[in-house]
Amino acid sequence: MKDHDTLEHRLTEQGISRRAFLKFCAAMASLMALPPGSATAVAAALAQAKRPSVIWLSFQECTGCTESLTRSHSPTLESLIFDMISLDYHHTLQAASGFAAEKSRDDAMKAYYGKYLLLVDGSIPTKDGGVYSTIAGRSNLDLLQEAAKGAAAIVAVGTCAAFGGIPMAKPNPTGAMAVSDLIKDKPIINISGCPPIPVVITGVLAHYLTFGELPALDELGRPKAFYGETIHDRCYRRPFYDQGKFAKTFDDEGARNGWCLYELGCKGPTTHNACATTKWNGGTGFPIEAGHGCIGCSEPNFWDAGSFYTPLPAPTAEVTTVAGIAAVAGAGAAVALSALDRAKKKHMQQTHEKLTVKDLHD
Amino acid sequence: MSLKGIAIDVETADPHSVGNAAAILSEIASRLKKFAASGETSLIDLKSLPFSPYEYEQLRFTLGRGEISANLDAIGTSEIIETQFPGVWWVTHYNVEGDIVADLIEIAAVPNILLSQPEDVRAGLERLHAIISQSAS
Repeated sequence: MKDHDTLEHRLTEQGISRRAFLKFCAAMASLMALPPGSATAVAAALAQAKRPSVIWLSFQECTGCTESLTRSHSPTLESLIFDMISLDYHHTLQAASGFAAEKSRDDAMKAYYGKYLLLVDGSIPTKDGGVYSTIAGRSNLDLLQEAAKGAAAIVAVGTCAAFGGIPMAKPNPTGAMAVSDLIKDKPIINISGCPPIPVVITGVLAHYLTFGELPALDELGRPKAFYGETIHDRCYRRPFYDQGKFAKTFDDEGARNGWCLYELGCKGPTTHNACATTKWNGGTGFPIEAGHGCIGCSEPNFWDAGSFYTPLPAPTAEVTTVAGIAAVAGAGAAVALSALDRAKKKHMQQTHEKLTVKDLHD
Repeated sequence: MSLKGIAIDVETADPHSVGNAAAILSEIASRLKKFAASGETSLIDLKSLPFSPYEYEQLRFTLGRGEISANLDAIGTSEIIETQFPGVWWVTHYNVEGDIVADLIEIAAVPNILLSQPEDVRAGLERLHAIISQSAS
């Protein structure tokens, strides 16, 4: 590709000043959840960034993930599609249909073999030869395996593609599987959530095109920048938890005072996502801010993990020491509290073991 | 239709601060202390921190407005305000649709975004030369 493909060149052509570019980079750094002050590094990398070809395959899904992406506002979807990536196939968003649509995918796979980014939403049914979901007469399994071959990396968008999601919920009649269950020889990044936060989708794409590589991932293949903390760790209601102030029903005094929703079944303590800070609907709020507990939609098997309204097993008393540390540590408190071993928390969630105050100190 | 078109009453009646705003203030104070001592500038990304709407307003109120406010008009507006604490700037970048795309506290003598960029200076100089040669001929 020639130099006129770089983002810097395209922006200059549009009469965008260096200062405006720096502003754009500040927004991008914030979007990617990079340390503030990374804007200069982002500017340097982005100036030379090329437009990657993106192929998006939708399998056993509800289109909620695409709905989410189309509500991404920073950068806007339009600017993302036209300035930053070349979206060569997305059967819901593209204008072409029928044979022309399938041809555009084949063409992109040939032209950018080994270089394109493959985005997948939806799980893949594998039972009975994958007959439960087909596109243009071909099974999802077949399409995934073909497209994965030439992909530089695969992004599993949404809990269905990342972990199997609702199609995989018991009794899993279609034999639904996650992308990572089927593809073993490609880097896979999981952007879980039902749906994922729109800016997390664009943030990961932005990271890839800025730095030409995938961001750091956690043990479940999710980008640490967005899934490194639990909802609970970053919840604005966290101080109420530390003070032992809980809403007991959805209309009691505690609920009206905005106290912690832990006892109403909030899954915030075991759910890794960025909702509490990134928020939804253009930054308007997130479920807990609207008065409902987190349902844990970005974690594997969230649908089969028990009632959304049953409290998690965890300490509800004797957290005063932790609260004391929190008060002293100030802004870092939320981070400090997250020191609790995640694998342990996860194990406890699965086995419904009691979490103790000691675990918080470990 | 943008979100702005829908009337949303943000609940700010909650009179209880849960301590998040106070924590940010301590963070700002410690960074300002460093800046005063060594000139080390720094940034705090407010979008990465937990706030209730009330606490956000509380932070705005506490930091207040100082002597300088500036507006940048580039791919949407940006609001750059020196708070009542010299050296503590509140920089808010909006996109064309008016959504906040970056919300930063910058500890510096002048926020970086206000400085003229060498690339822009060179481009401007070319334009100025063009005007001069045009009016001379």
